[in-house]
Amino acid sequence: MRSTSHTIRTRTTRPAARQAARAAAAALCAGALALSLTACGGDGNDNDGSSKESGTPTGSTVSLPKLNGQSLEVAAVWTGGEQKNFKKVLAEFEKRTGAKVTFVPAQDPIINFLGSKIAGGQPPDVALLPQPGAIKQAVDKGWAKPLGSAAQEQLKKNYSPGWQDIGKVDGKQYGAYYKAANKSLIWYNAKVFENAGAKEPKTWKDLLGTAQTVYDSGVTPFSVGGADGWTLTDWFENVYLSQAGPDKYDQLAQHKIKWTDPSVKQALTTLAQIWGKKDYLAGGPNGALQTEFPASVTQTFTGGDQPKAGMVFEGDFAQVNIGETKAKVGTDAKVFPFPAVGAGSPVVTGGDAAVVLKDSKAAQALVTFLASPDAATIQAKLGGYLSPNKNVPLSAYPNEVQRTIAKALIASGDDFRFDMSDQAPQAFGGTPGKGEWKDLQDFLKNPKDVAGTQAKLEKDAAAAYGSGS
Amino acid sequence: MTGTRRTVAALFLLPALVLLGALVVYPIGYSVVRSFSNASGDGFAGFDNYKALFTDDGIRTALKNNIIWVVFAPAVSTALGLIFAVLTERVRWGTAFKLVVFMPMAISMLAAGIIFRLVYDQDPDKGVANAVWVGVHDTFAQSSAFPKAHPGRNSPLRPQSGGFVTAAAVHTGQAVGLPLVGVAPDQMPDSAKKAAAAKPEPGKITGTTWQDFTRGKGVGRLGAVDPGELGYAGMRIEAVKDGKVVASTTAAGDGTFTLPAQADGALLRLPASNFKEPYNGLDWLGPSLVTPAIIGAYVWMWAGFAMVLIAAGLAGVPRELLEAARVDGANEWQVFRRITVPMLAPVLAVVTVTLMINVLKIFDLVFIIAPGSSQDDANVLALELYRKGFSEGQPGIASAIAVFLLLLVIPVMLFNMRRLKREVRR
Repeated sequence: MRSTSHTIRTRTTRPAARQAARAAAAALCAGALALSLTACGGDGNDNDGSSKESGTPTGSTVSLPKLNGQSLEVAAVWTGGEQKNFKKVLAEFEKRTGAKVTFVPAQDPIINFLGSKIAGGQPPDVALLPQPGAIKQAVDKGWAKPLGSAAQEQLKKNYSPGWQDIGKVDGKQYGAYYKAANKSLIWYNAKVFENAGAKEPKTWKDLLGTAQTVYDSGVTPFSVGGADGWTLTDWFENVYLSQAGPDKYDQLAQHKIKWTDPSVKQALTTLAQIWGKKDYLAGGPNGALQTEFPASVTQTFTGGDQPKAGMVFEGDFAQVNIGETKAKVGTDAKVFPFPAVGAGSPVVTGGDAAVVLKDSKAAQALVTFLASPDAATIQAKLGGYLSPNKNVPLSAYPNEVQRTIAKALIASGDDFRFDMSDQAPQAFGGTPGKGEWKDLQDFLKNPKDVAGTQAKLEKDAAAAYGSGS
Repeated sequence: MTGTRRTVAALFLLPALVLLGALVVYPIGYSVVRSFSNASGDGFAGFDNYKALFTDDGIRTALKNNIIWVVFAPAVSTALGLIFAVLTERVRWGTAFKLVVFMPMAISMLAAGIIFRLVYDQDPDKGVANAVWVGVHDTFAQSSAFPKAHPGRNSPLRPQSGGFVTAAAVHTGQAVGLPLVGVAPDQMPDSAKKAAAAKPEPGKITGTTWQDFTRGKGVGRLGAVDPGELGYAGMRIEAVKDGKVVASTTAAGDGTFTLPAQADGALLRLPASNFKEPYNGLDWLGPSLVTPAIIGAYVWMWAGFAMVLIAAGLAGVPRELLEAARVDGANEWQVFRRITVPMLAPVLAVVTVTLMINVLKIFDLVFIIAPGSSQDDANVLALELYRKGFSEGQPGIASAIAVFLLLLVIPVMLFNMRRLKREVRR
């Protein structure tokens, strides 16, 4: 009540003061009010922010303009806990700048969602795009606006060159990667490994040995969420990146070499060493093809001593699904990096980049904030989130497992590779029941047909890359 | 006078016309225009999009599935509705029964889709369809105790037609070890006890068959009984000489077994019956069954609708006709075939045609029930429209599909309207 009357009387500074007062500890309240009253356009507000983030060692590292009365829309595909946590980050931005930020839930593929929004004349100010290909598409269509100097400064300060580069199109910075995923992980049920006497494998050969040991103990080694095609493309990408190396990986991602290349054959043959054994997959290939990703994770960590499977491959985000079970990440559910098939362990990543669609001071400020360690630290603490930002303190991550994953991601420097299917045209790498998704699902059903799978992949890739969509 | 009346009429019609124009005519017109332009919408593409309709594999499957849908879904729903309607007329609790059959209509397609996604779940512990199927199957064929057992490393056993057989012949006075691994502890028979190494006995073949795996320790001593390892209680063992079974026995609780002297020189076999996999039911949502399965869900929803309409028509059939037929000596089947069905023909036609229109645009059930891996096999035109338009960025082709669907619906609609007009005139 009281604050409402304030807002009406003096419009310029009060909303910020109101926000601050509401959230600040009672003792800080008076000081915060005074600060934001005196320092209207300066950094005073940021200091408020840091004093509220109790225990954040970084504090405020980014200066943001005052944006009272402005409103922003942010579109992203996140749902559930992810969305809730991101909204907390947005709330912090609101608190610091006084702008009002609305989260617009988008559907996959977001680029088409944005297309219809833009056609309707109502684009969101900022969108989080999950693929480098989508950023390029947005630039080609003239939707995306280049990032301002403040945002670029944050990027230079906080990101390795590799992460900066994948946000660039034709040398210009358009995207700031806010969220990263480490997709080179295998989660395992610690109890199963203990019962079987199995050890975390370092190489592909070890992995096969571990799988056999787990199988010998009476538990199916792997759970594969084959109903979702992307889990299968991620399997392939890890094997391929490690076996054929980053150069070939880049070439295949750009379709400069064909899918009929011997390196693809080798990777598929390697993959068939696991996919080809029906006793190695929970439910056999047919069961795996009807298991969606969330179920593939939960079935690995439910059932006490006798889960449906001992291991499940996927990125750090599998934690969200593990959270739905009684298993505790770090003690019941453990993780090891994807074993080295060739020379070294692969690091395949994914990520969401913030892109400005409506150029304004407020939109630029939001991207600047998202590129700062402050924003990332808030969400890191809430769990289920990885930041490519190297200045996010590892201590911000809520548990040891998350810290390990984050460390591996940052340590890979520029040797990581972005998810190949995310770089491919949508029709090939991102449509259920089509292209690479479908072809690898068919391969899972019939792992003997390496040559036929390659031919189908090449045919679909040629059609999708050719049309240039 | 007439002039003003015209104006008044036009005034009254205007809101409806504006609404119809903006919400029906304009979108149809724009879809037609869009279907002749390319993916980005800024160039003329001629008939390319329509050509794609008949050359694209995905659309072809969708077309094929749509035909299956249009033929079977309305027919089965109407047939079931007719049977329900005729039968409920004669039952005391008919209204209650009708209510139950009609109830699924109150559920949205989306909710029904989610329900049936669960019903058809592969896992018999989750999916009702497979639970019933497996239950029926298992009453006729028992599953075995050691489904996933297999030889470990350096095993004396090798696989043979689903079972396992020793590599070397056994002789009397010998104690044989038949180790396997891979049986989950909770699947071990309750009678299983700690495995014991068999002692050799002259004139007999003795041995042990056991799980050569200790929890938490792995194999332990390979091929030797370690403390804590369990015997395969009830495992059937056959002695085979020249392809003939000369002796057989089952293992005791500690896994030990004894075979008489005539087994001397035979190979020991653990027959396949020990290892039969538990039956896992049908692959309802696999590529071959997915369309019939989804049609089943549709029938579950719409049979009630057909029943209610047909029951209403049935109420209008003059009783005297039926009575007269019965007096003339017709039996119930003849009455049904020769009187009830012909009298109901107009209603049946309306119901079938309405359902056909409904089925042509089927989308939600397929979208929700079919898992990603078989979405391609369950594809229908409306789903393909959505996929082309919203996930592949091909709005031109999507519009062409929409126009094509419209063309398919028009004749059916005309038929329905004609029929309606005739009814009114009557």
